[in-house]
Amino acid sequence: MNFTFDPALSPYIYFADLAFVGFAAVALFGGVVAVGARRLIHAVLGLVTSLVGVAGLYVYLGTHFIAAMQILIYVGAVSISITFAVMLARPPSEAEKDPRLAPGKLVAGATVALFSAAVLGAVVLGYPWEAEPTRVEGTIFQVGEGLLTRYAFVFELISLVLLVAIVGSVVLARRGRGRHPTGGE
Amino acid sequence: MEPLLFGRLEPYLVISLCLFALGLYGLISRPGLISMLISVELILNAAGLNFVAFNTFLAPDKTVGQTFTLFIMGLAAAEAAICLSIAVVVYRRFRTILADDIAELKD
Repeated sequence: MNFTFDPALSPYIYFADLAFVGFAAVALFGGVVAVGARRLIHAVLGLVTSLVGVAGLYVYLGTHFIAAMQILIYVGAVSISITFAVMLARPPSEAEKDPRLAPGKLVAGATVALFSAAVLGAVVLGYPWEAEPTRVEGTIFQVGEGLLTRYAFVFELISLVLLVAIVGSVVLARRGRGRHPTGGE
Repeated sequence: MEPLLFGRLEPYLVISLCLFALGLYGLISRPGLISMLISVELILNAAGLNFVAFNTFLAPDKTVGQTFTLFIMGLAAAEAAICLSIAVVVYRRFRTILADDIAELKD
């Protein structure tokens, strides 16, 4: 797929490039906050920012449905449940405390991350990517058709996994309550 | 004319590479269970962005990447639900969610 535009549209293209840089900066800034924030709730907010930035990049890639699902599932559901868990699993007094990062862990994390970034970056920038000619356009109609025909088994399997996850989390959260001395059953 | 950035594959790959490296760093260096879960979400998100970028620019069948990204999102939601309920249970039992302090299998 190549993006070629009428030269008369060039101001709009420059503006779109600028907005692309903006979305990328939002995604990366959110990621930095999510990883580096001292308080847990700030990390969750950074994650939400990063997810919104990536949703903007999905729009640039022409997959509007994926962008909508990103907002709906990640920002709407996953982040909210993480927020609930932060409120349930951490009293305010402990949230104020510095998590106290061990220097050895910091060095190990930075080494592994930089090494993998260097290796993958060399591959990404060094490999001559070549596009195949398009056979199936990725319209939302065709995606839905594929979900119900070619990928129907995977689709059902995912719904089974979600069902097991829901039942499992309910069972887990109930069982922990009985053991606690103050929380009765 | 062609756009400078968003019409090529490499910028998307570099962004997703940066998100992946950030997530990996956080997964190794952060002490809490929920912080590690947040890092895993970043990594999964980078993978989804990669899938859609390859799908849009290279793949002949442009439904495959979108379908896979939808599956990744569903699995990430299931994984987040399980992880969070485990974190809540662990907090009730041990009164902490720092991964280093949870060193007993049996009480």
